[in-house]
Amino acid sequence: QAHMAGGVEPARYAYQGAVWRKQLATSDRPREYAQIGIEVFDSADPGNADAEVFDRVMRALKTLNFPKGLGVYAGDVGLMQAAVASLKTSELRKAALMRHLWRPDRFDALLSRYAGEVDPPPGRETLSLDGLAEAISDAGPEIGLRRAADVAARVERLVADRAEPSLPASQVDALRSLQDMNIALDQAADAITKLASELPQIAPAVQKMTAWVEALANRGYDLSRIMFQGTYGLTSMEYYDGFVFGVSSGDQLVATGGRYDALTEVLGGGAKMAAVGAVIRPNTVAEVSS
Amino acid sequence: MSILKIGIPSKGRLQDDTVDWFASRGLTLKRTGSAREYSGAFEGLPDVEPVLLSAGEIPKELAAGHIHLGVTGTDLIHEKLPLRETQVQMMAEMGFGFADLIIAVPKFWIDVSTIDDLDAVAAEFRSTHRFRLRIATKYHNVVRDYLKRVGVADYQLVDSQGATEGTIRNLTAEAIADITTTGATLEANHLKTLRDEPLLKSQACLWKSLTADWDNVPGWAGFAAKLGWDAS
Repeated sequence: QAHMAGGVEPARYAYQGAVWRKQLATSDRPREYAQIGIEVFDSADPGNADAEVFDRVMRALKTLNFPKGLGVYAGDVGLMQAAVASLKTSELRKAALMRHLWRPDRFDALLSRYAGEVDPPPGRETLSLDGLAEAISDAGPEIGLRRAADVAARVERLVADRAEPSLPASQVDALRSLQDMNIALDQAADAITKLASELPQIAPAVQKMTAWVEALANRGYDLSRIMFQGTYGLTSMEYYDGFVFGVSSGDQLVATGGRYDALTEVLGGGAKMAAVGAVIRPNTVAEVSS
Repeated sequence: MSILKIGIPSKGRLQDDTVDWFASRGLTLKRTGSAREYSGAFEGLPDVEPVLLSAGEIPKELAAGHIHLGVTGTDLIHEKLPLRETQVQMMAEMGFGFADLIIAVPKFWIDVSTIDDLDAVAAEFRSTHRFRLRIATKYHNVVRDYLKRVGVADYQLVDSQGATEGTIRNLTAEAIADITTTGATLEANHLKTLRDEPLLKSQACLWKSLTADWDNVPGWAGFAAKLGWDAS
């Protein structure tokens, strides 16, 4: 927020110190731990900025020895967003899917419903526009902040949604292929482009992705040794909207990051800035490196 | 050597039903001392001490090992002890104090029947009102775990320690999560339960503390035998 209020562009921040994070009661993760991070605010060449952040993290990690090696994973949240935007269905249904991109079980349940694979939830079959106002007032007194008019408006949307045809199976299959995708990064663009015939908006999203993929190659990274995952980045915080990556040693995550342009808009009171960053977890690094 | 301590609800129907439950198993629980004194005894069992506590405090006393056994509802154990697996063991379902933890909304919300609907309404509510839909409850842990599991977003929990059914009318919440038995209070406050399964089905149970000191507790063998338990 402070940067958006008075910051300049381009800008680069680096920090290190203790961070505090409330953990689940059942977790044995510490609530306060060390973190090292970098943020790059620079809209001149986003693909290159993505690669710069990745490169700084990798060069730092490579000064150490990891007996189990390092596994590198990457994804691009923009692809799933483009896939959803491509679906031949109502804007309301697309918005519902977009909202739950970050909750995979919910997303899959909604997709299944819109694909006609499962029945809609009970209670909607009897809703009708005839005598709607009376039906609402007969059901009970109007209490609370939500008003009868809000209920009526949603009934109208639900009745309209009943008539919405199911998603074409071929589109659903294509979207699921993207979700299940787990291949070497050097093959990813081709594999994803094959889905563009069913999900047209994926084509421009792949173009954007190519910018950071090429920037990584230009910095000497072997793309056949980075694993692309279609849903990478979707189970962490809800603010990533482009390039995402993670570095693991064994099953321990030592570093992670991604692009978060949309967050700058939300926290920037309307202004938007290109932003990408990453963190390294020193405690984990100390555990798994020698 | 230490006395076997058993947490007993200090008042109300829960205490009456607890006394009856023990009585039907040959264990007579009597209050001792003056009318307002929170002390009791099991007839003929000098090495066993009933400790009168509010049902809401029994879970933490069990977890801390201050009492060896305790009578309280499943709902309170689940809410207050997220680490219960290492702290307590359920020894018996006592067959009373039944209550379901449910989510309820105003009856006039004819567009809302399931948690799916509530999630959709939460999304709309947030964009209209610029703050998240409020669910009033005292069961913060159980409700949050449930909503995370079913994938609900854009809500907030507001604390309500009593008279939760009145919060919606008083404009301090839009929905509630509370325990219900007959549903009469919900009905009287113009609320309806969502159609989904309850978040939790609760009843009074006898719990054993896994953290209390069980070394040299002479009262335990006889007590366990009366209840048909293995005293090891």
